[in-house]
Amino acid sequence: MAAIIIGYVLFQSIFFLLKAWKHARVIGLNMKRLKRAAGATAIFTIAPAISIILGMITLSKFLGLPLPWLRLSVLGALTYELPAASTAASVMGISLSDTVTSPNVYSAITWVMTVGILSGIVIITLFLKRMQSGMFKLRQKDEKWGKIFMDSLFLGMISAFLGMIFSDIRSGITGWIPVVIMLLSAMIMLVCGYFVKHRNVKWLENYAMPISMLSAMALSIPVSFLMKGGM
Amino acid sequence: MNEYENKIHRWGRLSTSLAIVLFLSFPLFVSIYYNAWPGWGPFLSGLLGVAPIFWVVGAIEAFTFGPMLGSGGSYLGFVTGNLTNLKVPAALNAMQSMGVEPNTEEGDVVCTIAVAVSSIVTTLVLIVGMLLLAPLQPILQSPVLSPAFDNILPALFGALAVVFISKNWKIALSPLILMLVLFIAVPSLSSAVSILVPVGAIFTLCISRLLYKKGMI
Repeated sequence: MAAIIIGYVLFQSIFFLLKAWKHARVIGLNMKRLKRAAGATAIFTIAPAISIILGMITLSKFLGLPLPWLRLSVLGALTYELPAASTAASVMGISLSDTVTSPNVYSAITWVMTVGILSGIVIITLFLKRMQSGMFKLRQKDEKWGKIFMDSLFLGMISAFLGMIFSDIRSGITGWIPVVIMLLSAMIMLVCGYFVKHRNVKWLENYAMPISMLSAMALSIPVSFLMKGGM
Repeated sequence: MNEYENKIHRWGRLSTSLAIVLFLSFPLFVSIYYNAWPGWGPFLSGLLGVAPIFWVVGAIEAFTFGPMLGSGGSYLGFVTGNLTNLKVPAALNAMQSMGVEPNTEEGDVVCTIAVAVSSIVTTLVLIVGMLLLAPLQPILQSPVLSPAFDNILPALFGALAVVFISKNWKIALSPLILMLVLFIAVPSLSSAVSILVPVGAIFTLCISRLLYKKGMI
Protein backbone atom coordinates (compact mmCIF):
# COMPACT_ATOMS: atom_id res chain seq x y z
CA MET A 1 0.00 0.00 0.00
CA ALA A 2 2.72 2.46 0.99
CA ALA A 3 4.60 1.45 -2.17
CA ILE A 4 1.58 2.20 -4.37
CA ILE A 5 1.21 5.69 -2.93
CA ILE A 6 4.92 6.44 -3.23
CA GLY A 7 4.83 5.09 -6.79
CA TYR A 8 1.96 7.42 -7.60
CA VAL A 9 3.79 10.45 -6.23
CA LEU A 10 6.93 9.49 -8.11
CA PHE A 11 4.85 9.30 -11.28
CA GLN A 12 3.32 12.69 -10.55
CA SER A 13 6.77 14.25 -10.10
CA ILE A 14 8.02 12.77 -13.35
CA PHE A 15 4.88 13.92 -15.16
CA PHE A 16 5.27 17.53 -13.99
CA LEU A 17 9.01 17.42 -14.69
CA LEU A 18 8.39 16.41 -18.30
CA LYS A 19 5.65 19.01 -18.81
CA ALA A 20 7.76 21.81 -17.33
CA TRP A 21 10.82 20.68 -19.28
CA LYS A 22 8.87 20.80 -22.53
CA HIS A 23 7.51 24.23 -21.71
CA ALA A 24 10.99 25.49 -20.79
CA ARG A 25 12.01 24.75 -24.35
CA VAL A 26 8.92 26.53 -25.71
CA ILE A 27 9.62 29.74 -23.78
CA GLY A 28 13.27 29.64 -24.79
CA LEU A 29 15.09 29.01 -21.51
CA ASN A 30 18.76 28.13 -21.85
CA MET A 31 18.46 24.32 -21.82
CA LYS A 32 22.13 23.75 -21.11
CA ARG A 33 21.96 25.89 -18.00
CA LEU A 34 18.69 24.30 -17.01
CA LYS A 35 20.23 20.85 -17.21
CA ARG A 36 23.05 21.98 -14.96
CA ALA A 37 20.61 23.58 -12.52
CA ALA A 38 18.60 20.35 -12.38
CA GLY A 39 21.79 18.36 -11.76
CA ALA A 40 22.81 20.74 -9.00
CA THR A 41 19.36 20.39 -7.43
CA ALA A 42 19.74 16.62 -7.43
CA ILE A 43 23.13 16.82 -5.69
CA PHE A 44 21.85 19.42 -3.27
CA THR A 45 18.94 17.12 -2.34
CA ILE A 46 21.03 14.10 -1.35
CA ALA A 47 22.29 15.31 2.03
CA PRO A 48 18.88 16.44 3.35
CA ALA A 49 17.39 13.21 1.97
CA ILE A 50 19.89 11.18 3.99
CA SER A 51 18.94 13.14 7.09
CA ILE A 52 15.34 12.16 6.31
CA ILE A 53 16.43 8.50 6.42
CA LEU A 54 17.66 9.21 9.95
CA GLY A 55 14.20 10.49 10.82
CA MET A 56 12.75 7.36 9.27
CA ILE A 57 14.95 5.20 11.48
CA THR A 58 13.87 7.11 14.59
CA LEU A 59 10.19 6.81 13.77
CA SER A 60 10.41 3.19 12.65
CA LYS A 61 11.32 2.11 16.17
CA PHE A 62 7.90 3.29 17.22
CA LEU A 63 5.70 2.77 14.18
CA GLY A 64 7.45 0.10 12.14
CA LEU A 65 8.77 0.92 8.67
CA PRO A 66 5.86 1.36 6.23
CA LEU A 67 4.18 4.39 7.77
CA PRO A 68 7.37 6.45 8.36
CA TRP A 69 8.62 5.50 4.90
CA LEU A 70 5.39 6.66 3.34
CA ARG A 71 5.11 9.81 5.38
CA LEU A 72 8.67 10.99 4.88
CA SER A 73 8.65 10.20 1.15
CA VAL A 74 5.43 12.05 0.55
CA LEU A 75 3.41 14.69 2.30
CA GLY A 76 5.23 14.75 5.61
CA ALA A 77 8.33 16.48 6.82
CA LEU A 78 10.78 15.71 9.59
CA THR A 79 9.60 18.83 11.37
CA TYR A 80 6.05 17.49 11.36
CA GLU A 81 6.19 13.75 11.75
CA LEU A 82 8.13 13.44 15.00
CA PRO A 83 6.05 15.95 16.98
CA ALA A 84 2.81 14.64 15.44
CA ALA A 85 3.63 11.05 16.31
CA SER A 86 4.68 11.96 19.84
CA THR A 87 1.59 14.10 20.41
CA ALA A 88 -0.69 11.35 19.12
CA ALA A 89 1.15 8.81 21.28
CA SER A 90 1.01 10.90 24.43
CA VAL A 91 -2.72 11.54 24.00
CA MET A 92 -3.17 7.77 23.88
CA GLY A 93 -0.96 7.35 26.89
CA ILE A 94 1.89 5.43 25.27
CA SER A 95 5.58 6.19 24.93
CA LEU A 96 7.48 6.86 21.72
CA SER A 97 10.25 4.52 22.78
CA ASP A 98 8.11 1.38 22.58
CA THR A 99 7.03 -0.23 19.35
CA VAL A 100 3.30 -0.03 18.79
CA THR A 101 1.87 -3.53 18.79
CA SER A 102 -1.82 -2.95 19.30
CA PRO A 103 -3.65 -2.69 15.95
CA ASN A 104 -6.15 -0.30 17.49
CA VAL A 105 -3.49 2.15 18.62
CA TYR A 106 -1.65 1.84 15.30
CA SER A 107 -4.76 2.55 13.30
CA ALA A 108 -5.66 5.50 15.53
CA ILE A 109 -2.19 6.97 15.04
CA THR A 110 -2.29 6.53 11.26
CA TRP A 111 -5.67 8.28 11.13
CA VAL A 112 -4.56 11.13 13.36
CA MET A 113 -1.27 11.65 11.53
CA THR A 114 -2.99 11.61 8.15
CA VAL A 115 -5.93 13.86 8.88
CA GLY A 116 -3.71 16.10 10.98
CA ILE A 117 -1.49 17.09 8.08
CA LEU A 118 -4.00 17.61 5.32
CA SER A 119 -4.74 21.33 5.74
CA GLY A 120 -1.88 22.65 3.59
CA ILE A 121 -2.50 20.35 0.67
CA VAL A 122 -6.27 20.95 0.75
CA ILE A 123 -5.77 24.71 0.69
CA ILE A 124 -3.31 24.42 -2.19
CA THR A 125 -5.74 22.27 -4.16
CA LEU A 126 -8.60 24.67 -3.65
CA PHE A 127 -6.98 28.09 -3.61
CA LEU A 128 -3.61 28.01 -5.34
CA LYS A 129 -5.03 29.16 -8.66
CA ARG A 130 -6.64 32.20 -7.10
CA MET A 131 -3.52 32.92 -5.04
CA GLN A 132 -1.34 32.72 -8.12
CA SER A 133 -3.45 35.02 -10.23
CA GLY A 134 -3.37 37.48 -7.32
CA MET A 135 0.43 37.34 -7.33
CA PHE A 136 0.56 37.83 -11.10
CA LYS A 137 -1.72 40.86 -10.81
CA LEU A 138 0.38 42.29 -8.01
CA ARG A 139 3.42 41.96 -10.18
CA GLN A 140 1.75 43.52 -13.19
CA LYS A 141 0.43 46.47 -11.20
CA ASP A 142 3.72 47.40 -9.61
CA GLU A 143 6.63 45.30 -10.80
CA LYS A 144 9.12 46.72 -8.32
CA TRP A 145 6.89 46.14 -5.31
CA GLY A 146 6.00 42.66 -6.59
CA LYS A 147 9.70 41.79 -6.55
CA ILE A 148 10.21 43.32 -3.10
CA PHE A 149 7.13 41.39 -1.90
CA MET A 150 8.67 38.06 -2.91
CA ASP A 151 12.11 38.93 -1.54
CA SER A 152 10.48 39.90 1.76
CA LEU A 153 8.73 36.53 1.99
CA PHE A 154 12.03 34.71 1.33
CA LEU A 155 13.94 36.84 3.79
CA GLY A 156 11.25 36.41 6.43
CA MET A 157 11.68 32.66 6.16
CA ILE A 158 15.48 32.78 6.07
CA SER A 159 15.60 35.13 9.09
CA ALA A 160 13.44 32.77 11.13
CA PHE A 161 15.86 29.90 10.49
CA LEU A 162 18.94 32.05 11.05
CA GLY A 163 17.44 33.16 14.35
CA MET A 164 16.78 29.56 15.32
CA ILE A 165 20.47 28.75 14.84
CA PHE A 166 21.23 31.16 17.68
CA SER A 167 18.65 29.72 20.06
CA ASP A 168 21.16 27.64 22.03
CA ILE A 169 23.96 30.14 22.48
CA ARG A 170 23.13 30.78 26.12
CA SER A 171 23.79 27.13 26.93
CA GLY A 172 27.55 27.63 26.66
CA ILE A 173 30.18 26.99 24.02
CA THR A 174 28.49 23.94 22.48
CA GLY A 175 25.47 26.12 21.75
CA TRP A 176 27.69 28.14 19.42
CA ILE A 177 28.48 25.15 17.19
CA PRO A 178 25.52 25.73 14.82
CA VAL A 179 26.47 29.40 14.57
CA VAL A 180 30.04 28.52 13.60
CA ILE A 181 28.78 26.01 11.01
CA MET A 182 26.42 28.59 9.55
CA LEU A 183 29.27 31.13 9.29
CA LEU A 184 31.54 28.53 7.67
CA SER A 185 28.87 27.69 5.12
CA ALA A 186 28.34 31.40 4.45
CA MET A 187 32.09 31.94 4.02
CA ILE A 188 32.45 29.07 1.58
CA MET A 189 29.49 30.48 -0.35
CA LEU A 190 31.24 33.88 -0.47
CA VAL A 191 34.43 32.28 -1.77
CA CYS A 192 32.40 30.47 -4.45
CA GLY A 193 30.72 33.76 -5.29
CA TYR A 194 34.12 35.38 -5.72
CA PHE A 195 35.23 32.71 -8.17
CA VAL A 196 31.98 32.92 -10.12
CA LYS A 197 32.00 36.71 -10.40
CA HIS A 198 35.65 37.66 -10.60
CA ARG A 199 37.33 34.56 -11.95
CA ASN A 200 34.51 33.64 -14.31
CA VAL A 201 34.22 30.03 -13.13
CA LYS A 202 30.75 29.57 -14.60
CA TRP A 203 30.04 25.95 -13.68
CA LEU A 204 30.47 26.82 -10.02
CA GLU A 205 27.39 29.04 -10.07
CA ASN A 206 25.08 26.04 -9.96
CA TYR A 207 27.09 23.98 -7.52
CA ALA A 208 28.04 26.72 -5.04
CA MET A 209 25.09 25.90 -2.81
CA PRO A 210 25.57 22.11 -2.52
CA ILE A 211 29.34 22.60 -2.16
CA SER A 212 28.91 25.11 0.68
CA MET A 213 26.35 22.99 2.44
CA LEU A 214 28.24 19.70 2.19
CA SER A 215 31.60 21.25 3.12
CA ALA A 216 30.09 22.95 6.14
CA MET A 217 28.48 19.65 7.18
CA ALA A 218 31.81 17.88 6.81
CA LEU A 219 33.58 20.63 8.77
CA SER A 220 31.02 20.33 11.54
CA ILE A 221 32.61 17.00 12.51
CA PRO A 222 36.02 18.45 13.54
CA VAL A 223 34.44 21.71 14.72
CA SER A 224 32.05 19.91 17.09
CA PHE A 225 34.89 17.73 18.29
CA LEU A 226 37.05 20.75 19.12
CA MET A 227 34.29 22.82 20.62
CA LYS A 228 33.04 20.02 22.79
CA GLY A 229 36.47 19.97 24.35
CA GLY A 230 37.91 16.92 22.63
CA MET A 231 41.56 16.92 21.55
CA MET B 1 -3.18 33.10 -17.30
CA ASN B 2 -1.91 31.42 -20.44
CA GLU B 3 -2.66 27.97 -21.69
CA TYR B 4 0.31 26.34 -19.96
CA GLU B 5 -0.66 27.87 -16.61
CA ASN B 6 -4.25 26.73 -16.95
CA LYS B 7 -3.17 23.23 -17.85
CA ILE B 8 -0.80 23.03 -14.88
CA HIS B 9 -3.60 24.11 -12.56
CA ARG B 10 -5.97 21.55 -14.06
CA TRP B 11 -3.46 18.72 -13.76
CA GLY B 12 -2.31 19.98 -10.40
CA ARG B 13 -5.79 20.00 -8.92
CA LEU B 14 -6.65 16.64 -10.35
CA SER B 15 -3.44 14.87 -9.36
CA THR B 16 -3.37 16.48 -5.91
CA SER B 17 -6.99 15.51 -5.20
CA LEU B 18 -6.17 11.96 -6.19
CA ALA B 19 -3.13 12.10 -3.90
CA ILE B 20 -5.32 13.18 -0.97
CA VAL B 21 -7.65 10.24 -1.60
CA LEU B 22 -4.66 7.89 -1.71
CA PHE B 23 -3.21 9.32 1.50
CA LEU B 24 -6.52 8.74 3.26
CA SER B 25 -6.72 5.24 1.90
CA PHE B 26 -3.64 4.23 3.92
CA PRO B 27 -5.29 4.48 7.35
CA LEU B 28 -8.45 3.07 5.80
CA PHE B 29 -6.48 0.09 4.52
CA VAL B 30 -4.84 -0.39 7.94
CA SER B 31 -8.22 -0.28 9.67
CA ILE B 32 -9.81 -2.75 7.29
CA TYR B 33 -6.80 -5.09 7.12
CA TYR B 34 -6.38 -5.38 10.89
CA ASN B 35 -10.11 -4.96 11.43
CA ALA B 36 -9.12 -2.31 13.94
CA TRP B 37 -11.08 0.92 13.91
CA PRO B 38 -9.79 3.48 16.36
CA GLY B 39 -13.27 4.65 17.36
CA TRP B 40 -14.27 8.29 17.49
CA GLY B 41 -12.99 8.86 21.02
CA PRO B 42 -9.28 8.10 20.55
CA PHE B 43 -9.33 9.53 17.02
CA LEU B 44 -10.82 12.86 18.08
CA SER B 45 -8.71 13.19 21.20
CA GLY B 46 -5.58 12.42 19.16
CA LEU B 47 -6.64 14.86 16.49
CA LEU B 48 -7.31 17.50 19.10
CA GLY B 49 -3.68 17.17 20.20
CA VAL B 50 -2.30 17.48 16.67
CA ALA B 51 -4.71 19.48 14.53
CA PRO B 52 -4.84 22.88 16.28
CA ILE B 53 -1.12 23.36 15.68
CA PHE B 54 -0.55 21.47 12.46
CA TRP B 55 -3.64 22.63 10.63
CA VAL B 56 -2.65 26.20 11.36
CA VAL B 57 0.96 25.57 10.35
CA GLY B 58 -0.21 23.82 7.17
CA ALA B 59 -2.53 26.68 6.28
CA ILE B 60 0.20 29.25 6.91
CA GLU B 61 2.68 27.23 4.87
CA ALA B 62 0.20 27.10 2.00
CA PHE B 63 -0.14 30.86 1.95
CA THR B 64 3.60 31.52 2.44
CA PHE B 65 5.11 28.91 0.15
CA GLY B 66 2.35 28.85 -2.47
CA PRO B 67 3.46 32.19 -3.94
CA MET B 68 7.15 31.24 -3.61
CA LEU B 69 6.97 27.93 -5.42
CA GLY B 70 4.68 28.90 -8.29
CA SER B 71 1.98 26.64 -9.66
CA GLY B 72 3.58 23.31 -10.61
CA GLY B 73 6.11 23.59 -7.78
CA SER B 74 3.38 24.12 -5.18
CA TYR B 75 1.18 21.22 -6.23
CA LEU B 76 4.18 18.90 -6.21
CA GLY B 77 5.81 20.42 -3.15
CA PHE B 78 2.73 20.11 -0.98
CA VAL B 79 2.15 16.53 -2.08
CA THR B 80 5.74 15.47 -1.51
CA GLY B 81 6.36 17.43 1.70
CA ASN B 82 9.65 18.43 3.33
CA LEU B 83 9.15 22.01 2.17
CA THR B 84 11.28 24.16 4.46
CA ASN B 85 14.24 21.85 4.78
CA LEU B 86 14.37 20.83 1.12
CA LYS B 87 11.91 21.92 -1.58
CA VAL B 88 11.85 25.67 -0.95
CA PRO B 89 15.67 26.06 -0.69
CA ALA B 90 16.07 23.86 -3.78
CA ALA B 91 13.64 26.01 -5.76
CA LEU B 92 15.22 29.27 -4.55
CA ASN B 93 18.67 28.06 -5.49
CA ALA B 94 17.55 26.90 -8.93
CA MET B 95 15.83 30.22 -9.68
CA GLN B 96 18.90 32.07 -8.47
CA SER B 97 21.32 30.12 -10.63
CA MET B 98 19.05 30.39 -13.69
CA GLY B 99 18.64 34.11 -13.11
CA VAL B 100 14.84 34.00 -13.21
CA GLU B 101 12.32 35.72 -10.95
CA PRO B 102 9.54 34.03 -8.97
CA ASN B 103 6.00 34.53 -10.25
CA THR B 104 7.09 34.84 -13.83
CA GLU B 105 6.55 32.15 -16.41
CA GLU B 106 10.26 31.29 -16.39
CA GLY B 107 10.39 31.22 -12.60
CA ASP B 108 7.39 28.94 -12.49
CA VAL B 109 8.93 26.44 -14.91
CA VAL B 110 12.29 26.43 -13.09
CA CYS B 111 10.58 25.95 -9.71
CA THR B 112 8.52 23.06 -11.03
CA ILE B 113 11.65 21.37 -12.38
CA ALA B 114 13.59 21.93 -9.15
CA VAL B 115 10.81 20.60 -6.92
CA ALA B 116 10.22 17.62 -9.23
CA VAL B 117 13.92 16.68 -9.38
CA SER B 118 14.24 17.11 -5.64
CA SER B 119 11.17 14.93 -5.01
CA ILE B 120 12.37 12.20 -7.33
CA VAL B 121 15.84 12.13 -5.77
CA THR B 122 14.43 12.13 -2.23
CA THR B 123 12.08 9.26 -3.06
CA LEU B 124 14.89 7.24 -4.62
CA VAL B 125 17.27 7.91 -1.73
CA LEU B 126 14.58 6.81 0.71
CA ILE B 127 13.88 3.65 -1.25
CA VAL B 128 17.59 2.81 -1.19
CA GLY B 129 17.65 3.76 2.48
CA MET B 130 14.80 1.44 3.25
CA LEU B 131 16.20 -1.50 1.31
CA LEU B 132 19.65 -1.09 2.84
CA LEU B 133 18.49 -0.07 6.26
CA ALA B 134 20.27 -2.86 8.10
CA PRO B 135 23.78 -2.20 6.74
CA LEU B 136 23.26 1.58 6.58
CA GLN B 137 21.89 2.15 10.03
CA PRO B 138 25.16 1.79 12.00
CA ILE B 139 26.97 4.08 9.54
CA LEU B 140 24.30 6.77 9.52
CA GLN B 141 23.86 6.70 13.25
CA SER B 142 27.55 6.55 14.05
CA PRO B 143 28.66 9.21 16.55
CA VAL B 144 31.33 10.40 14.10
CA LEU B 145 28.75 11.47 11.53
CA SER B 146 26.12 12.74 13.91
CA PRO B 147 27.39 16.38 14.07
CA ALA B 148 27.10 16.60 10.27
CA PHE B 149 23.42 15.68 10.34
CA ASP B 150 22.74 17.76 13.44
CA ASN B 151 24.03 20.80 11.59
CA ILE B 152 22.28 20.37 8.28
CA LEU B 153 20.03 23.39 8.74
CA PRO B 154 22.83 25.82 9.71
CA ALA B 155 24.87 24.53 6.76
CA LEU B 156 21.94 25.03 4.40
CA PHE B 157 20.70 28.39 5.61
CA GLY B 158 24.18 29.90 5.99
CA ALA B 159 24.80 29.54 2.27
CA LEU B 160 21.27 30.54 1.32
CA ALA B 161 21.43 33.62 3.53
CA VAL B 162 24.57 34.92 1.79
CA VAL B 163 22.76 34.98 -1.55
CA PHE B 164 19.61 36.66 -0.35
CA ILE B 165 21.02 39.02 2.24
CA SER B 166 23.70 40.32 -0.09
CA LYS B 167 20.99 41.06 -2.67
CA ASN B 168 18.66 42.85 -0.25
CA TRP B 169 20.47 43.74 2.95
CA LYS B 170 18.13 46.65 3.60
CA ILE B 171 15.11 44.35 3.63
CA ALA B 172 16.96 41.66 5.59
CA LEU B 173 18.18 43.81 8.45
CA SER B 174 15.02 44.23 10.52
CA PRO B 175 13.68 40.64 10.40
CA LEU B 176 17.17 39.36 11.24
CA ILE B 177 17.36 41.56 14.31
CA LEU B 178 13.83 40.59 15.34
CA MET B 179 14.53 36.86 15.02
CA LEU B 180 17.89 37.04 16.78
CA VAL B 181 16.35 38.84 19.72
CA LEU B 182 13.38 36.46 19.83
CA PHE B 183 15.38 33.25 19.69
CA ILE B 184 18.12 34.36 22.05
CA ALA B 185 15.57 35.64 24.55
CA VAL B 186 13.27 32.59 24.27
CA PRO B 187 15.36 29.56 23.22
CA SER B 188 12.38 27.22 23.44
CA LEU B 189 10.95 28.91 20.34
CA SER B 190 13.23 26.75 18.23
CA SER B 191 10.62 23.99 18.35
CA ALA B 192 8.08 26.43 16.91
CA VAL B 193 10.14 27.68 14.00
CA SER B 194 7.37 26.83 11.51
CA ILE B 195 5.13 29.34 13.27
CA LEU B 196 7.87 31.96 13.19
CA VAL B 197 8.38 31.67 9.43
CA PRO B 198 5.09 33.45 8.65
CA VAL B 199 5.66 35.85 11.56
CA GLY B 200 8.97 36.76 9.95
CA ALA B 201 7.41 36.97 6.50
CA ILE B 202 4.57 39.28 7.56
CA PHE B 203 6.90 41.46 9.66
CA THR B 204 9.31 41.77 6.72
CA LEU B 205 6.47 42.64 4.36
CA CYS B 206 5.29 45.46 6.64
CA ILE B 207 8.78 46.90 7.04
CA SER B 208 9.45 46.59 3.29
CA ARG B 209 6.20 48.39 2.50
CA LEU B 210 7.24 51.25 4.79
CA LEU B 211 10.74 51.44 3.28
CA TYR B 212 9.26 51.25 -0.22
CA LYS B 213 6.76 54.04 0.45
CA LYS B 214 9.59 56.21 1.77
CA GLY B 215 11.62 55.45 -1.32
CA MET B 216 14.42 53.80 0.66
CA ILE B 217 14.44 50.53 -1.32
